[in-house]
Amino acid sequence: MTATEPVVDTGTEPAGDAVPTRRITVTVNGERRVAEVEPRLLLAHLLRQGLALTGTHVGCDTTNCGACTVLYDGAPIKSCTMLAVQADGHEVTTVEGLGTPSELDPVQEGFAAEHGLQCGFCTPGMMLAARALLDRNPDPTEDDVRWALSGNLCRCTGYQNIVKAVLWAAEKESR
Amino acid sequence: MYPSRFRYEAPRTLDEALALLAEHGDEAKVLAGGQSLVPMMKLRFAAPGVLVDINGIPGLGHHEATAGGGLRVGALCRHVDLEHSTVLPGAQPTMAAAAPLVADPIVRNRGTLVGSLCHADPQGDWASVMLALGGSVVAASSRGRRTIPVAEFVVGTFQNALEHDEIAVEAVVPAAQGVRSGSYLKLERRVGDFATAGVAVALESDGGRVVRAGIALTGVGPSTIAATEAGQALVGSSLEPDVVERAAELAAAVARPRTDHRGSADYKRHVVATFVRRILSAERAPAGAAA
Repeated sequence: MTATEPVVDTGTEPAGDAVPTRRITVTVNGERRVAEVEPRLLLAHLLRQGLALTGTHVGCDTTNCGACTVLYDGAPIKSCTMLAVQADGHEVTTVEGLGTPSELDPVQEGFAAEHGLQCGFCTPGMMLAARALLDRNPDPTEDDVRWALSGNLCRCTGYQNIVKAVLWAAEKESR
Repeated sequence: MYPSRFRYEAPRTLDEALALLAEHGDEAKVLAGGQSLVPMMKLRFAAPGVLVDINGIPGLGHHEATAGGGLRVGALCRHVDLEHSTVLPGAQPTMAAAAPLVADPIVRNRGTLVGSLCHADPQGDWASVMLALGGSVVAASSRGRRTIPVAEFVVGTFQNALEHDEIAVEAVVPAAQGVRSGSYLKLERRVGDFATAGVAVALESDGGRVVRAGIALTGVGPSTIAATEAGQALVGSSLEPDVVERAAELAAAVARPRTDHRGSADYKRHVVATFVRRILSAERAPAGAAA
């Protein structure tokens, strides 16, 4: 760590000596970030408010819906159910790290090609869960896809086109 | 939603963690997978003054077979490790059946079996499975270690038998008295919902006859329920249809479900009996073929 390394502002108010803040270093989308956080800050809020990565959506805030899904050391987790301090020394990938506008991840292309979204609120979580599935299983069946996405809720699509989108990405990556 | 303020500690050794618990007593809470504790803290049902995160402690992520069909599961072994385990298939059929049904795939990446036992939610799958298997929990403190049978570990709704300075470091499945069989079935309205009802059956058989049987019920009472008489009814049998029927009736009789939006009490009792029948009938087919 260099002395001049910028520290992310997480809006933490001093809580006195009883609850010291902690300095954490997290690799977010390949970039090393340093933040001074209160222990109760949730990872979802570090990403959204601290790092302005608002692609991570907070839906139910009760560990049910999966909208806040990010990859933690490559595995999908619900970022509303993890403390930011727990990410110290770990790698986090959000939807912003999935691809770039000029070079989309095949999962992102698939969602566009197969119209895998309507309102789009669940989409970042869906895409990260799908990315993790394809990294583990490049040739999933429809059942495999439905199983892998069963922790992510969508209230618009009925899931049909989401499943198609993921299978589209698998097909593209197999070529 | 934010949890109340707390002091965060991330010890690097078990001894450090135990020292923290000894120091802070009932103010401290252990964080493993956090998939129940963090939501409870956000809802302010739990407000520990000190959070002791054990995720950085090496040597707790294991699950390994022991002699004679036993198993040891470390405090940081995640549900996903058990779901994709190469150790469970064949050797631990009841556990292998339950692992993919716990919560949802994303929660399974973080949550732990031992944490589920500690949480002692009557809806928890692993407490039923471990109760059926006659399992136990190893509790460590700076005073030493003790082994607590799961039947005594889960003392009530969200209540376990740990002292404030103890950490549940391992869950243990004992050696089998014969060939293991059994399964776990759960009815849920959607993935990740609380169970409408669940049934764990763990059998140990020798020469086509059941020598030990455990049956336990999920989500149909104020805590996990051991259907002890239903299990005993199977001992000495070859799962003949009348024996299966008797066990199904006995299991349903000890269920104490409540009518709610997941179904009526009668319906849930019916599901329990059906699941017992279904699991045992499936077991009987191959055994009958061998005889």
